[in-house]
Amino acid sequence: MTHCGACDGKGKKTFKDGVLDNNPIFAQVLGICSALAVTSKLETSLVMGIGYVFVLSLSTLVVSMLRHTIPHRIRIITQVLVVCVFVIILDQLLKAFYWEASRQLGPYVGLIITNTLTLGRTEGFSIQNKPILSLVDGVGNGLGYALVLAVIGTVRELFGTGKILGHLILPATIYTPNQMMVLAPGAFFGLGILIALLNLTVLKPQGKKK
Amino acid sequence: MNHTPAYLIFFAALFTNNILLSNFLGMCHWLACTRNMLSATGLGMAMTIVTGLTTILNYLIYYYVLIPLHLEYLMFLMFIAVIAAFVQLAEMVVERFNAKLYYSLGIFLPLMVVNCTIMGAALFMVVRHYSFMQTVGWGFGAGGGWMLSAVLMAALRKKAGYSNPPKAFAGAGLVMIIAGFMAMAFMGFAGMVAIE
Repeated sequence: MTHCGACDGKGKKTFKDGVLDNNPIFAQVLGICSALAVTSKLETSLVMGIGYVFVLSLSTLVVSMLRHTIPHRIRIITQVLVVCVFVIILDQLLKAFYWEASRQLGPYVGLIITNTLTLGRTEGFSIQNKPILSLVDGVGNGLGYALVLAVIGTVRELFGTGKILGHLILPATIYTPNQMMVLAPGAFFGLGILIALLNLTVLKPQGKKK
Repeated sequence: MNHTPAYLIFFAALFTNNILLSNFLGMCHWLACTRNMLSATGLGMAMTIVTGLTTILNYLIYYYVLIPLHLEYLMFLMFIAVIAAFVQLAEMVVERFNAKLYYSLGIFLPLMVVNCTIMGAALFMVVRHYSFMQTVGWGFGAGGGWMLSAVLMAALRKKAGYSNPPKAFAGAGLVMIIAGFMAMAFMGFAGMVAIE
C-alpha cells in the first residue's frame, strides 16, 4: 500500500488515520446510531462491521470516480444514492445467505444509508481525492468503525450476559449478569466510559474539544 | 398485524419507546444541535413535521406502489428520495417564511436528509406492519420523541456547562453518560404502554 503510485505515497497515512488517529467514532464522533444499536451482541456487531466496510469502501471508490461528473449543487443527494445502491446489494446478500443475522439487524442495515460517517467520508474525502486513495480511506475508516463495534459488542455481551459469541465465559457463580448492559442505558454508559478511557490513554487531550 | 390504537402508539413513541433513547436513531444531529436551546427546539419542530409527513408519504408509496409492482427491494431508494425531496421543500419554506430560524439552523437543515430518525421511522413502520392510522401516530410520535429528548438534553447540557467534570469526560463522554441516565428515566415509563 505504501508504494502504490496512485496514492501519491499517502496511502499508509490515510489508512492509519482512518483506523486509529482519526477514528470515526472516538475522534470524529460520527455514526453513533448504529454503533449503539447493533452492539448488544458481538455477533451482530461483527456482521454489521463487515457489511459496513463493504458499503463504505465501494461507495468512496465510486463517488471518487464520479467526482468530476457530479454537479456541485446536487452532490449530497447523488452521494446518498450511490451509498443506497450498495446498501441494497448488502441487504439482499444478507437476506439470501445470513437470514438470521439479517432478521436480528432489522432496519439497521437500511440505516447505513443515513449513517453520517458514510456521508462524512464521501463528502469530506472522496469528492476531492483520487479513486484508489479514496478506496484506502474508505477501507481504513470502515475497519476503524468495525473495530469499535467489535469492542463495544464484546464488552456489552460479556457484562450483560456473561457470554461471548454465545459461549459462557463468566459463570453466574463468579459474576451476576447485569441486564442493564444489554439494554439502552448500558450502551450509553459503555460508550461514554470508553470515550473517557481513550481520552485518558490513547488520544491526546485536545483541550479545545467541545 | 397488531391492533394497538394509534394514540397509544403516539404516546409510546414519545415516552416508552423514545426513538432516540431506546433505538439510538438521530444521535449524530442530537449530539451537535443540543449545544443550545434555540437550535434544539427549532430542529426538533422541523424534525417532528418532516418525520410525521414523510412517514405517511412513505407508507402510501410502499403499500400502493412498491408492493403491487413487486419492487420491495427498491424500498431504501424510494424512501431516501422522498425524504430528500421533502427536506429540500422544508428548507425552502423555512427560508422563505422564517429567515432567522433558517440561519440559526444553518447546515443542520439540509443534513436532515441523513438523519437516522426520519429514515428509521419509515423502516420501522414497514418492519412492524403498521396500518395507516398507526403510521400517523408513529410518525409524529417518533419526531416528537426526538424533539422531547433534544430539548431536555439541551437544558441538561446548559446546566452541565457550569459544572467541572473530570477532564477525560469533558465533551462527548459526559453527554453519553447523561444520555444513559435519561434512557434509564424513560425506561421507568415502560410499564405503561409497549410497542414491540
